[in-house]
Amino acid sequence: MKKAKASPSHPLDALVRTERIPHIWCPGCGIGTAFSACLMALHTSGLDLDKTVMVSGIGCSGRAAGYTRLDSYHTTHGRAIPFATGMKLAKPELQVIVFSGDGDLFAIGGNHIIHAARRNIDLTVLCVNNLNYGMTGGQVAATTPTLAKTTTTPRGNPEQPFNLPLLVYAAGATYVARWTILHTRDLTQSVQEALHHKGFAFIEVLAPCPTGYGRRNKERPLDTLKLYQERTLIKNGANPAEAFLDFERGVVLGKFVEEQRPTCIEMYDRTCRLPDSAAG
Amino acid sequence: MKPAVLTGEHFMTGDVACAEGALAAGCRFFAGYPITPATEIAEHMSHRLPDVGGTYIQMEDEIAAMAAVLGASCAGVKSMTATSGPGFSLMMENIGLGVCTETPCVVVNVQRAGPSTGLPTLGAQGDMMQARWGSHGHYEIIALAPASPQDIFYQTITAFNLSEKYRVPVLIMSDEVVGHLSERVVIPEPTAIRTFSRRRPKGRKDRFKPFCPGPDGVAPMADAGDGYRVHVTGLTHDERGYPVMTADCHAEMIARITGKIRRNLADIIRTESYRLDDADVAIVSYGVSSRSSMAAVDEARQEGIKVGLLRLITVWPFAEEAVAHLSRTVRALFTVEINLGQVHLEVERCAKGRVPCHLVGHAGGTVIAPERIVQAIKDHL
Ligand SMILES: Cc1ncc(C[n+]2csc(CCOP(=O)(O)OP(=O)(O)O)c2C)c(N)n1
Ligand code: SF4
Ligand SMILES: [Mg+2]
Repeated sequence: MKKAKASPSHPLDALVRTERIPHIWCPGCGIGTAFSACLMALHTSGLDLDKTVMVSGIGCSGRAAGYTRLDSYHTTHGRAIPFATGMKLAKPELQVIVFSGDGDLFAIGGNHIIHAARRNIDLTVLCVNNLNYGMTGGQVAATTPTLAKTTTTPRGNPEQPFNLPLLVYAAGATYVARWTILHTRDLTQSVQEALHHKGFAFIEVLAPCPTGYGRRNKERPLDTLKLYQERTLIKNGANPAEAFLDFERGVVLGKFVEEQRPTCIEMYDRTCRLPDSAAG
Repeated sequence: MKPAVLTGEHFMTGDVACAEGALAAGCRFFAGYPITPATEIAEHMSHRLPDVGGTYIQMEDEIAAMAAVLGASCAGVKSMTATSGPGFSLMMENIGLGVCTETPCVVVNVQRAGPSTGLPTLGAQGDMMQARWGSHGHYEIIALAPASPQDIFYQTITAFNLSEKYRVPVLIMSDEVVGHLSERVVIPEPTAIRTFSRRRPKGRKDRFKPFCPGPDGVAPMADAGDGYRVHVTGLTHDERGYPVMTADCHAEMIARITGKIRRNLADIIRTESYRLDDADVAIVSYGVSSRSSMAAVDEARQEGIKVGLLRLITVWPFAEEAVAHLSRTVRALFTVEINLGQVHLEVERCAKGRVPCHLVGHAGGTVIAPERIVQAIKDHL
């Protein structure tokens, strides 16, 4: 015991609010793995972590901000991105990461994410996609596959889900990737790239929610991981239009987009501010 | 850079004067969404902010605007948004986040007649109760009511100062008439403008508890990026900012965020008295209606009725003591407001049945004519 106290037991301990552990995540939940990959990327990024901020919305995934030993803001459901936008614009030297869930970012917050992508505001957005609303007990989401069972689609989901990479790309995101929690090394590397990317960077992380989604769709945590292993195909540079999420047909993973376009702040400074010489 | 304080004499609308007041107070971030009759505030800020080292952004809706304002304020920059009824409704959830996380900011509501889309181009004072408790949960908030362009210039500075001092969103409850009225506005020298900024923490960064209040009941606030590694949440939290899901912690937190306001009422509540000293009858009013009321006081006095006016500059928290005091010294109280009785309910509450309380109001769309107020007083005396 004493020894464990004297030296941090894990390299990421410095980045975790260890006094807040145990966390709320269920056994078999994928959020923790996505979170660790994010912290590992931060740890090795070389960024000034005092100037790095994590913003979350509401949901199981949104609890990430509360476990991170960074300046961390746990906001309202769906509003992490506009909150982060204000923060980044007000203090551009901050490195701002948004870590939240699929419901938070694409249903209630869907309007904000498309506009943030359009502006190419310099944020790193990690979306844990567990195909449902985990926190509220497994209701249908904008990402739930057609015919999947949830507590509010007891006979199956009649709607079609979003293709998240395609959506953010069409809106203007300049870095777009998708991984699963089984692909931690790729994911960690992708987060690092996204952190150093100038502009709006988006990473979708597929993660099991055994409690909310798995249980009702006869998927045990291991079954989900098996799907991640057997029914995925890494295809860097793939057209996001190919990224429709359908495990029956196979799911494309990889870095789909990495482009350069002036950021929101660069464009504002260039367009709206007086050149220094004209100021007076 | 251009000067932030436009010292001199101007002719400007209330909306523009509000924007200039914000700049003079040190506001350097504005997130907005166009809506009549508040749009001119956003337009003026979009034009002025980049020249004084600030940033303007038009967000995708008012929910986003309010969220962005909180984010900017957490980064340490004085921030504001401006809207009208429909947008004010959309901002409510994040105003609550601002209250719970004790994030300073200023929200201007240039009121128009509602409910719903209502009368977009015509004024009202129908959002006063929404200002009080429009977000869910029990909390205290500060709301000011300007009566003219000159007034809103100063009140916007006051709003920023109070919001920074007490770490609370401050609402400026303007209205269409004040917003669009052009009048003389005198802007003083920068040195004559008192501005206040939130207290920042000192001492060991690893020991800092972001919600541990100082002797004044308000905790110092660290900017994002200052190395304090704070956690800020809209969940019920303890002094470290960590969520604690118990009734006890909740009671403590609510006591803290309401107590810092309730214990400082004398500093927060501003009122103005007009010819009240020898008054038999008192009007309680605010904003543009206080101007109608002032004219009514003079008219009534010409007819031999001794009327005075208590003008509420701070509407929330309510001037309970001032109204209770009036109810002991006059024969009747009249509330004048452009709604069918909102602040009037508060006047009745504080009068505790000691004197008759009457409302002079209507649903919205026009100001209240002074003659109507005089007539109402005559009818009831
Ligand atoms: C305005 C509002 N509506 C609804 C809720 C309830 N709510 C909390 S979390 C959540 C869904 C979260 O889903 P997701 O973002 O996918 O996160 P997950 O729990 O799956 O990680 C909802 C609907 C809320 N907190 N606020
Ligand atoms: S409900 Fe689902 S998403 Fe939430 S912690 Fe449990 S497994 Fe994870
Ligand atoms: Mg989810």
